[in-house]
Parts: sequence; C-alpha cells; structure tokens
Amino acid sequence: MMITQETSSPRVQANRVGLTRSDYRGLPSTLCQGCGHNAIANQIISAMYELDVVPEKVVKFSGIGCSSKSPTYFLSRSFGFNGLHGRMPSLALGALFADMSLKGIGVSGDGDTASIGMGQFKHLVRRNLPMMYIVENNGVYGLTKGQFSATAEKGLSLKRQGINPYMPIDICLEALVANATFVARSFAGDPKQVKEILKAAFSHRGIAVIDIISPCVTFHNQENSLHSYAWGKDHEMPLHDITFVPPREEIYIEDFEEGTVREVELHDGSVIMLKKLDHDYDPTNLFEALRVLEEAKQNNWLITGIIYVNPQAPTIFDAYDLPAEPLNRLTEDRLRPPRESLEHLNQIFGA
Amino acid sequence: MITPQISSPLKEQEARSPIINDFCITVATVNGSGSATSNGILLRALFTMGIPVSGKNIFPSNIQGLPTWYSIRLSRKGYLGRIETDDIIVAMNPATFLQDLNYLVPGGVLFYDDSIKVNIPREDIVTYPMPVKQIVRQADVPANLRDYVANMVYVGVVAQMLNIDLQAVQRALAVHFKGKQKAIDSNWAIIKAAADWAAANLEKRDPYRVEPMPAPANRILIDGNTAGALGAVYGGFQLAAWYPITPASSFAEALGEYAPELRKDPITGKHTFAIIQAEDELAAAGMAIGAGWAGLRAMASTSGPGFSLMAEYLGLAYFAEVPVVIWDIQRVGPSTGLPTRTAQGDLTFAYFLGHGDTQYVILLPGNVNECFEMGWRAFDIAERLQTPVLVLSDLDLGMNMHIGEPFEYPDTPMDRGKVLWEEDLERFLAEHQGQWGRYLDVDGDGIPYRTLPGNTHPRSAYFARGTGHDEFARYSEEPEIWERNLKRIARKMENARTLVPKPVLQTHPGAQIGIIAYGSTDPAIQEARDLLLEKGMAIDFLRLRALPFTEEVAEFLRGHAHVYVVELNRDGQMHQLLTMAYPEYATRLRSVAHVDGLPLTARWVVERIAAMEGLR
Repeated sequence: MMITQETSSPRVQANRVGLTRSDYRGLPSTLCQGCGHNAIANQIISAMYELDVVPEKVVKFSGIGCSSKSPTYFLSRSFGFNGLHGRMPSLALGALFADMSLKGIGVSGDGDTASIGMGQFKHLVRRNLPMMYIVENNGVYGLTKGQFSATAEKGLSLKRQGINPYMPIDICLEALVANATFVARSFAGDPKQVKEILKAAFSHRGIAVIDIISPCVTFHNQENSLHSYAWGKDHEMPLHDITFVPPREEIYIEDFEEGTVREVELHDGSVIMLKKLDHDYDPTNLFEALRVLEEAKQNNWLITGIIYVNPQAPTIFDAYDLPAEPLNRLTEDRLRPPRESLEHLNQIFGA
Repeated sequence: MITPQISSPLKEQEARSPIINDFCITVATVNGSGSATSNGILLRALFTMGIPVSGKNIFPSNIQGLPTWYSIRLSRKGYLGRIETDDIIVAMNPATFLQDLNYLVPGGVLFYDDSIKVNIPREDIVTYPMPVKQIVRQADVPANLRDYVANMVYVGVVAQMLNIDLQAVQRALAVHFKGKQKAIDSNWAIIKAAADWAAANLEKRDPYRVEPMPAPANRILIDGNTAGALGAVYGGFQLAAWYPITPASSFAEALGEYAPELRKDPITGKHTFAIIQAEDELAAAGMAIGAGWAGLRAMASTSGPGFSLMAEYLGLAYFAEVPVVIWDIQRVGPSTGLPTRTAQGDLTFAYFLGHGDTQYVILLPGNVNECFEMGWRAFDIAERLQTPVLVLSDLDLGMNMHIGEPFEYPDTPMDRGKVLWEEDLERFLAEHQGQWGRYLDVDGDGIPYRTLPGNTHPRSAYFARGTGHDEFARYSEEPEIWERNLKRIARKMENARTLVPKPVLQTHPGAQIGIIAYGSTDPAIQEARDLLLEKGMAIDFLRLRALPFTEEVAEFLRGHAHVYVVELNRDGQMHQLLTMAYPEYATRLRSVAHVDGLPLTARWVVERIAAMEGLR
C-alpha cells in the first residue's frame, strides 16, 4: 500500500523544509538501554521529519519522571519546558496562548498523568488545547525505583512492593469521558503504528491523547504483565492498520481494496487511512470507543489504534477573540490603552 | 470587643451642639438582603458631597441569612480608618439587635425597622423607628421586587434625618445601576417615599448631620481589587488565570469587566488578552508561568489558601527565571481561617515561599492609587528581573471602597526586559563571539538574556527546567555549576532594590521614635500619629511599599531611638523580617501586632504605643 514514492532513504534526504532527519534529533538518551521511551522518542523524530515540521514551531513540555526527561532526546531546535510533577498541562496551556501557530508536544508518564496530574490532565482535555499529549505508560515509577503506578493492574506483584491492591486507571477512558477529541493507544514495541499515530495526533486540531504502553526494562518487564514487551508482542490487538496521508499527498485508492478502508479527514486536510482488520471499527463513534475500551479492560486486551477522533471540535482558542498574530509579539502601542481612556475611567469613578 | 455602654437617661431638652461630618454609621442587616447596594448608595452620596468617607463591610462567609454589618465613617479631618464605636446604628436585623446596641455611644442614634419587637434597653440614645413594610407597600414598586428594595427605606430615612443631599443619592443610584433606568426608578421611588415619610413624621432630636464640603477636585471612589485590575489592564496583562476565592475573585472579575473594552487591539479589533478560570490555583499559577515563560505579561490573583497551592509553581518560576505577577488579596489564616476578614498574615510566607533558597520581590500597596500603579509596574519589575513579583493586598483594601486621587497614566514606557527576538539574537551572537546562553550573565548584573517560543532563529531554542542547569540551560548536577547559578540568581535579585517603589516617609520635627507599617493600615496609623501627638508624642512614619528593603529603611532605623512595627498579624511578621535584615538595629524594633480579622483602628495603636512608652 505505497502511497507516496520515496526514491531514496529518508534518513539522508532533506525534507520539504530542507532538513534532514538528524535536524530533529535531541541529546543522547540517559534512560535505560531498551527503555520503551527511547523507541518513542525515535518515532517522534521520524514523524516530525516526515511531516516536514519546522522545529522552531514546536514547543515541548513535560512533567517529572523518566518519561518527562525524554523531550531532551528529540527536537533540540525546539523550545521546551520540563516543569513540575503532574502540572505540565497548565504550563503548556499558558505557553501556547503566546503564539497560536506553535504546536505543543507533551510527554508525560503514568504517574505524572494518572496520579499526581490527573486533575490537570482532565481539565486540559476538556479545554481541547491543540497539542499532542503522549503518556509513556509502564505501570511503574522508575526514577524512584519500582513502585506501583496508578495504571498497574490489580494483583501485579513487584519486587519489594508486594501485590498491587488497587484497580488500574485507564488513561484512554479517562480522556474520553473528559471529552477528548483524539484518543489513541499504542505499544512501544510496534514502532510503525506509533509513528503513524504520532503523525495523525500531531496533525489533529485539538488535544490528542496517546497512551503508549512503554515497558520499563529495569523494574517492570515481567512476561505476564500488561506493561511488558513480551506480553505486548503476544497480545497486541490492533483495531486497524493505520496510514497517515499528509494534506498535500494524493491518495491512490486503488492501493486499497474497496470496502476495506475507512478514511478520517483531519482539520488540515490530511487523511487517516484505517484498514479494517478483524472487525470494522469506526473511530468517530464515541459509543463504540467507550464500548471497545470497556471490553478490552474487562478481558485484559491490549487494543491499539486510533480509538476516537473528532476532527471538527472547537479548540480553546476558538473561545477567545485573539488576533492571529502571536500575542507575545505585540508591542506596547497595542497593549497599553490610550491616555484618554484613563481620563474617562477617572470620571466614571469620580464624584 | 468593647464593653457595653453604661446607660444613663438622655436629657432630650439639653441643647447639644451639632456634630457635623464626623461620626460613624453602622448598618446591621442580613446577608443577601440587598443591603450592599443600599450601603454603597449612602457611601457614594456622601462621597459626592465632598465629605471624606470610608466604608467597611464586615460580612460572614455565607450567601444568605447570616448577619452582616457595614460601617460608614465620615471624617471632616480625613481620618478614614475603622473606629470601634458607632454614633448611629441602622438596625435591620432582629438577630443582632441587642448586641449591636452595645456599640452605640451615649447620645447616639438608633434607626430601626419597626417590625423588630424588642424592648430597647438603652435610655441614653435617640431612637427613630422606621415603618419599612408600610413604606414599601405604599410605594409604586412591583410586588416581586419589594424584598430587594426594602433596604432602600433606611437610605431615604437616614438621608432625610442627616441632611444628605437627595440629589447626591440620585446620582449614586445612577452610578450604581450604570444608568439602567428601571432599576434606578424603582429604588428611587422607595428612597423618596421614605425620605418624605421621615420629613413628615420624625422630629429631629439628635445632633448628627452632614454638610457638603469643598473637596479637592477629581477624587475617585473605588475598591482596591478593581484599582489593581485596572492597573494590570494598563500594564498590558496578556494572560490572567484565577480560581474563585474570597476576597480575590473580584480582582479577576474586574479584569473581565474592563479589559474587553479597554484592550481591543487598535489594529485588528481583537482582544489582546486571555482570562482563564482554572481548575485550581495550582493550575492558575501554572498557566500564568507558562505564559510568562513564553513572553506574555502573565498574572494570577488569589488569596492565602490559593497562594499556598501556588508555592510549588512559584519555586519553579524563581529558579527557571520566569516573570509572573501574583496578587495575594490576604484574608485571615492559617488554614481556611476567616475567609471574609482581613489580615496581613501572608508576609513571611510570601517572602520565603518554596523549598530551597528562594526570595521574592513583594509589593505592598497601601491605597487604591498604589493598587493601580503596582498593577502595571509589577510587570515591568517581573520582566526586568525575570522573576515572580508578588503583590500583597488584603481584604480591607481590596474589597472595600476607598477614596483616592485620579489614577495617573503610567509615567514610564513598558520595560519588557532582556528579550532577544530573531534580529536581536543575530546581533547578540555577532557581538558576543557567537555565544548566547539562556542563563549566561553577560552584563554583570546577574540578569541573563532570554528568547521566547516562536522565535524562528535556529539558535534561539533552549530547554527550561526546574532541575540543575548550566549557563546554557543544559542539565547539570555539577556542584560548582549549581552554586554558581544559585549565587547569580541572588545577585540578580539585588537589582530589585533599585526597581521597587521606595517607602513613604512622613516626619515630625523633633520626633525621636518611629513607626514602620505597610499596606491597608495606613489610615489608622495616620490618625494614631495625630492622637499620639496630642499626648505629646511626636512620631515619624515610614510606610514600606516593597521588599526587599531599600536603603531608606536602614536610614530610618539609624535615625530613631526605637521604632514600632505595626501590622495585622499575630507574630509581627514585618518585625521579624526587619530584625533579620538589620540585626544591628534589632533592639530598636518593637512589634505592635495583632489580628482579629478586622481592619486596624487608631485607638488600638495609640493604646499599645502609649502603654509601651509608659504614657497614660
């Protein structure tokens, strides 16, 4: 199902904004060898390169934890802010008001999002801030050496921690009930799918939540555990085969067998091509999305793919009457009301 | 609390000389009954007549049903602090009727709703019953509005009996209801009917009355929260985040009321700001700090409990060097405390806020004009220093109406600080051997240059963080780098001393002792100084307007045998900070501090200082 003609290796070729893949790199990772987060950082680099993104138009955000370190491992030419534990959403929201043409990439973890940051996460989602919000979900606290996180399954046994007594939190369900406009789940061991989802999420106009199962090789990679490579490789159940088609590219429909593909057009004209697998899955149907997540939860299924998307929902910026020009470039003459206006106020408040 | 007045029968025939423009009226009503409007009308009418006047709302943490009081003080001499006794009481609340009478001075006046059937235990006062129900019933007001306008009865009766200009009352109505004729008419109908009733049925038996005064032109009447919000509007605030909390909500609401008109972009007609009600104060601080980092003039307004939540984020802003302005409209803590009462109890918390070594620039507005000025100036200081600026107001200053001078247009252009856009960065690199570092001190003042998201120069981006970092914003755990950075930030903060508003000094020839105070206590202290002078005690007064301390403070301490530090908190927090900053003068400093939730009174200050001086 070739869609575009790639004539030479993308890794050395300059993309449409004149940059090579290495221009999207970051510093070397300081995470563990084999950490799922590194695989995700690599797919972010590829996705940004293939989407012809100008790095200076991206702002990276993160909270605290292993996952939150990773924004330094990609897009060195983008601004970034590694903020507080669980508080990345508010930081990103304030910052992106400065220039609505910038695109946010947030990287969080299951502790950062589903525990300390649950409140801010859900409020960010309900405000539909245009940004890609990645949760690198491994079910465990890595930097503090192996405690249960809120996404760890009940009954999970971890060295020194005993058995997890609590029910897990499903990040995709939390996002959906908070009115998320794009919800996806993926698996770090499925880089191809991760990359296509990243492209679609980045192109979505609104909040795009991606829950990526990203195994912790040091503290939590037991074969029988939901958050391990082995389990993921054996149990991943993709909802569909995803191909992201940027707006400028033509879709050769003959590449797809008729009736086997769903298309979802995003706000910018790009199209998500979803090839049917076992069942036909409609990611624009909220009830289906809720049903499939609940079903997966009850059966311990790792379903992956684009679970829900609503490309046309208004964003937080639509609720404000702001100039198109970046607010942070406005000068004093446009920010300080004229002298006469104050004289008028003095009269109103006067005797 | 004061002790009940001892009752001795009032000799009605005894001629009492008139008391003009120098008394206190307290209106006792039920919360949620619309009395705030009536009280505001009385206050504004007196203000319009040129009389120095202040209004203090003592209200419960409640929406409807609990007792509330409003004290209006008229002072010919311009003393506008709270006083503890009432000359006139307007009793509309049966629940507090007897208790309220305890505050009435001998010879004082009681206006009361005649439906309150209580034996009045005082014979030394003048009483005027008001047939509230009857007047409301007879006035031409729709039945469904009667409850809301009943409190206008006392406006009419009191105006008539005290000689308050009814035209001034009418003008106050028009201001209050912003020209909405229907509301003006229905309220005016009651006021007029009540005034006519009083003229026909009440015989004046008390000495209190008002007279117009030739007031200085162009005074204004406004609350501190609105004044501060307008200051922020003229300071070019671009993002304000908040979470509802008494007594700070009206600050953000004033932004929402005035900014849409005042802050239309002259080019596109669009708004040049965003106001966001956050999910909590953690998020409000986060939004403001994200915006400040990205180059917006950003702020949040809150009170103590919210300020506690913001501590986490402000530590990040201090260390990542992000400009942001936070208004703390102080109420009484600790904990939920007294949410509707005033205090100056957040000072040391604000100064030391956060774990690790931190310090903050704190502005201390003492009146509505300073609320306005600090409203815009705070942004200049924050952006110049790339650090949080905390403005500590309080409930008394923020929510009560105060007389002020007309607001002055900012006298300096905006200072956006050391910001490098594309061409600036290009030039900077050319001038500095191709080197720019976000936290690199090239000017020797500890203040580095910053770039902002959206800058398309390929060298502009950096990664901000709350973790250890070097001059180029790279992660670092190196001991020398850590210490060097933290010391540079301390050096940077030293610049604040030249940027913050200087204290206000008032001297008296030959004074050996001094008072240091700050914020909303100013009117009480002005009055206390005069009262102490009458007792033969001349006192100089230094009113602080900011932290860190400027050189004038040391000079003041050097020049006085001892200095009373007067404030509204238990522990004498400014006294503590002064003691730390000036250990050499520690023995000269004497703490005069208390907190009971009410605004400071001159009487209390005089009593305490006289006692400490051994005066009688």
